[in-house]
Amino acid sequence: MASKKPDNATVSDELLNGTRRDFLKQSSVLTAITLAPTGLVKAAESGLDEKIAAVFEKIPVSLTVNGVKHDVSVEPRVTLLDLLREQLHLTGTKKGCDRGQCGACTVHVDGKRVNSCLSLAVMHDGHHITTIEGLANGDELHPLQEAFIKHDGFQCGYCTPGQIMSGVACIREGHANTESNIREYMSGNICRCGAYPNIVKAIYEVSKGGQKV
Amino acid sequence: MNQFEYIRATEQAAAVKALVKDANTQFIAGGTNLIDLMKMGVAKPDKLVDITRLPLKDIKKTPTGIHIGALALNSQVAENSLILQHHPVLALALNSGATQQLRNMATVGGNMLQRTRCGYFFDVNMPCNKREPGSGCGAIGGINRMHAIFGASESCIAVHPSDMCVALAALDATVTVLGPKGERRMPFADFHRLPGDHPEHDNTLQKGELILGVDIPDARQTKNVAYLKVRDRTSYAFALVSVAAVLNIEGGIIKNAKLAMGGVAHKPWRLHAAEASLIGKQATIDNFKQAAQIAMQGAKTYKYNEFKVKLGHNTIVQALKTAASVA
Ligand SMILES: Cc1cc2nc3c(=O)[nH]c(=O)nc-3n(C[C@H](O)[C@H](O)[C@H](O)COP(=O)(O)OP(=O)(O)OC[C@H]3O[C@@H](n4cnc5c(N)ncnc54)[C@H](O)[C@@H]3O)c2cc1C
Ligand code: SF4
Ligand code: FES
Ligand code: FES
Repeated sequence: MASKKPDNATVSDELLNGTRRDFLKQSSVLTAITLAPTGLVKAAESGLDEKIAAVFEKIPVSLTVNGVKHDVSVEPRVTLLDLLREQLHLTGTKKGCDRGQCGACTVHVDGKRVNSCLSLAVMHDGHHITTIEGLANGDELHPLQEAFIKHDGFQCGYCTPGQIMSGVACIREGHANTESNIREYMSGNICRCGAYPNIVKAIYEVSKGGQKV
Repeated sequence: MNQFEYIRATEQAAAVKALVKDANTQFIAGGTNLIDLMKMGVAKPDKLVDITRLPLKDIKKTPTGIHIGALALNSQVAENSLILQHHPVLALALNSGATQQLRNMATVGGNMLQRTRCGYFFDVNMPCNKREPGSGCGAIGGINRMHAIFGASESCIAVHPSDMCVALAALDATVTVLGPKGERRMPFADFHRLPGDHPEHDNTLQKGELILGVDIPDARQTKNVAYLKVRDRTSYAFALVSVAAVLNIEGGIIKNAKLAMGGVAHKPWRLHAAEASLIGKQATIDNFKQAAQIAMQGAKTYKYNEFKVKLGHNTIVQALKTAASVA
């Protein structure tokens, strides 16, 4: 798992440079205008979906995020993570390693937890996505969010959205029945602050509580 | 990531045709390996054909065994009741790989075609015959702790990183692929290849061929199975060495044994001679040690991976003990 970049490169970028997010927001608006699709849809071959985009062209994608339907257009190389953060401005989902190695980008796709950094947005046409922003019920926090606060399940908080999305799925899957099972099934979420013991406690408590999560 | 075109296949034949038509086109399934490689500049396709909407997700009983579609997710296979009942070693192997998030994306076909984790292969500034034929091998004189001890060549000493494939090799699975000329089947053992002079080819898949699925032949059900994976941390790490063991034991006598290793070669490494040494013998630690001895014969090590010989031996013994429930 060699990685040339330290896996905190993106993290520190963002923390040190408060203007980066705004810059990205602006620049994605600009690209949206200059790269507006031209002759986007090519003739369909049989057995191939008609959504053929040439290089530089954007493809329309329609997906539901936290219950809201979005019709967007994206370049094929845009990941689901970048679509969420930079086009839909849902910056709760974090980018840690951008390579499937840390879990900061965990979201639910059609109810299953996945790493949004290793998935192309265009491949999610018609899918239902849930991010950390979609977990609370209005002002009422999700039980696992409450439990993370109660048990101090975080320090810097960078990994937390991913931990919570992964933790909720872990409980729903039935993999949170013992602490050792939680450790195994949460191993895809790395915490540099080492909040693991409290994360495990929070998940175990909610899982034992038996309420619907 | 380079820019590329994207098309979505809704029929198998169209997917194959799309791949044959353009030189630099690749299928994409879960994306967990391909997107990573594209971000690193190792893979640079001009076009991706999305195959995730093809109807190849079934896990079902057939007259001769169990069929698993190439697009079945790693997590679905690991939790499937047919698999758990008939081939629990496959579920154990799958669950030891990656994480639940990744297994929820990764497909059976993609897992088979995942590329090596050799650090030099991933680093485009380094020589690597697999990535850039003729450029040399960074690992042979470099950091080769993770590398092969069996079947390597002068041009490449990489290992295949999959856990799932180790179990499928032990289970005598077959692979069905669809190419421009139609379907063909091959034993799982013939799917991956040794590096030889052409490490750029990980397997025997031909241009345009789409994996349709794998079939595991019926075998006598047994609970005497184990998948033991030794790695640098308890979870979420690739194998240094792994062993899949499937035993049929009657009255303390081993009637049948199937053994395969991961982390030691360019392909899942089946241990036929060690298996043969066990058949008809009692399930004892001495016999397991003898089998391990046989299995590790002919190992060739490099500067940093000598430890794999002893580790491999001990992992085989421990896997056999676990499978046979011998303390
Ligand atoms: C951080 C991390 C840790 C991991 N740890 C482990 C581990 O411990 N053990 C382990 O075994 N694996 C591990 N993996 C690897 C993981 O199992 C693979 O990435 C995954 O199985 C690939 O499947 P995919 O569907 O995502 O493939 P993709 O990335 O979509 O595709 C991989 C390749 O297969 C080709 N392809 C896909 N499907 C087909 C098909 N049906 N026919 C023809 N070609 C096809 C694609 O063209 C591509 O070249 C890890 C991965 C990551 C990122
Ligand atoms: S071992 Fe194989 S993959 Fe690794 S550097 Fe050498 S040629 Fe490349
Ligand atoms: S950002 Fe690290 S796994 Fe996706
Ligand atoms: S990384 Fe800081 S709380 Fe987990």
